[in-house]
Amino acid sequence: MSATVTPAALGSGRAPRISSARRRQLDRVGDVLLYGICVAAVLLAVAVLVLIAYQVIHGAQPAISKFGLGFLTGTAWQPNFGVFGAGSLLFGTLVSSFFALLLGAPVAIAIALYLSMLAPAGVRGAIGPLVEMLAAIPSVILGFWGVLVLAPFAHEHVEPFLHGAFGFIPLFGAPETTGSSVFTASLVLAIMVVPIIASVSRDLFLAVPREMQDGASALGATRWEVIRGVVLPSTASGVVAASLLGLGRALGEAIAVAQIIGAGSEIQASLFKTGDTLAARIANQFPGALTEMHKASLYYCGVILLAIGLASNLIAHWIGRRFSFEGGTLR
Amino acid sequence: MSAEGGFDPAAPLTPSGNLRRRQLFSRFTDSAATAAAVLAIAVLGIVVYTVASRGADALSLDFVLKGAPAGIGPELAGTAVIVAIATATATPIGVLIALFLSEYAGNRAAHLVKLTMDLMNGLPSIIIGLFIFGLMVDHRQQSGLAGAVALAIIMVPLIARGSGEVLKLVPANLREAADALGVARWRAVLTVVLPSALGGILTATILSVARAAGETAPLIFASSAFDPRDFALNPLEALPNVSVRIYSLSEEANPAGFTEAWGLSLLLISFILFASLGARTLLARGTRKTAR
Repeated sequence: MSATVTPAALGSGRAPRISSARRRQLDRVGDVLLYGICVAAVLLAVAVLVLIAYQVIHGAQPAISKFGLGFLTGTAWQPNFGVFGAGSLLFGTLVSSFFALLLGAPVAIAIALYLSMLAPAGVRGAIGPLVEMLAAIPSVILGFWGVLVLAPFAHEHVEPFLHGAFGFIPLFGAPETTGSSVFTASLVLAIMVVPIIASVSRDLFLAVPREMQDGASALGATRWEVIRGVVLPSTASGVVAASLLGLGRALGEAIAVAQIIGAGSEIQASLFKTGDTLAARIANQFPGALTEMHKASLYYCGVILLAIGLASNLIAHWIGRRFSFEGGTLR
Repeated sequence: MSAEGGFDPAAPLTPSGNLRRRQLFSRFTDSAATAAAVLAIAVLGIVVYTVASRGADALSLDFVLKGAPAGIGPELAGTAVIVAIATATATPIGVLIALFLSEYAGNRAAHLVKLTMDLMNGLPSIIIGLFIFGLMVDHRQQSGLAGAVALAIIMVPLIARGSGEVLKLVPANLREAADALGVARWRAVLTVVLPSALGGILTATILSVARAAGETAPLIFASSAFDPRDFALNPLEALPNVSVRIYSLSEEANPAGFTEAWGLSLLLISFILFASLGARTLLARGTRKTAR
């Protein structure tokens, strides 16, 4: 039958088939070409990453050579006098991110436990994506909402209450006159880190072998004891990695924090005072930077941010490799 | 019948003492976990509700089509241009990286590429802004193109990871069948592997567009010096855009501007939520089809 239907007869209306030699040649070129552009794309990505680090450090060069490491501890930031120090910014960054994590991580882990162990299948399918929607809200909108809705609420209700109840701790000092405070910024950052930590932790909890949990249940453990004794211990380092990813997000968030935190420039013990972070200071001042040194100092802030951010991501990646989960945000 | 000794056969079979305490505690933690989930949904609900109720006042046909002070047409057009260029740049690069990971890379290379993608994904967007400023804006002028490149840097790792995940799902026997028929690698990739992963790649792209559309920090450096009254579509100049406009209106503390910002937020958030929901639905359907 194959003798009667030749390729030529089939292809009467089409272009003639190319010979197999030409075809093999074409395939060799095609193989090399596709491999080549794939590698090129990868190299481009690596190059961009390296260039970013170079560009930021290069931009910071004048400030690095002038202030050195003293930049990290100096707290004076006076663009008019050419005096710059990122001490208070570093402090504000660490404090706001720390409290964001303190508020956000337990909630996120609880959500992950709910999604992986408690929720009925239908509810899980609905709530999981909704929690991840929280990560999809642009930070500028969350910040805008934070200034106009959350900050007044926190200022009128939450802060006075905490001050009244725990005012003897310096952390909960008297509220400021406006709603802008490190506390409000931490609340907004907490909203941002919850979906990241929750979605990674949920995947970790789902991967805990069913047999181990059933075994614990069969020995009479309650659900909490299964969580406490089996699920959490076997995923602890993964949860730490997830929290580090959240931390990286909180440290680097510029826009929402710039809108809310109030651009204060002193180190204050109280959460209810204004403060500022590295990222927010860059967003606030860079477009209107007065001098080259001012710009370079803001680049220097970027270098610090880059170093902390890369470090937390690297550690998270390194821990996460054991669990083979990939990255943090939206999947 | 009275209980003598400790045992009362008529007593209800409920736990007591230590077991009861343990069960109560477990039930308490159950409800705490449920409450946490409810809290997250509530926050999402409150944010979306506030934006919707306050933004609805601003919405009208003029608001969407005209320039400032009546409307936000230029911002919508500018954002569309910037995001379109960014998507056109980032999608091929992201997909090619994913292809490299799934088709070519050995273990070591794959690990390094994944690390690069994770680090790129974890970069604070403000740093990308600083980078773009130094690369394309400093000593020149702001441009929509610079903004688009910055957004592309944000999108590439998202697209690469999303596409990588669906490429992993492409059944091995499809590739083996192509190999058995003597099809060259590149032909197999282009005609067998990529088409069956197309749905997932589309999903990843839409999700990354949703992420890029709301990104503000890099655009402050790249495309913030614009006049909100005029339509500008030339990507070599600073283009008006939604996110920077919301940011500057919120910093201005002018109540009239707030209404405009709420309106902008409503449009942006509905685009993002619908895009991500749509993409997820697409992915869920696609995955079911591939798995079958």
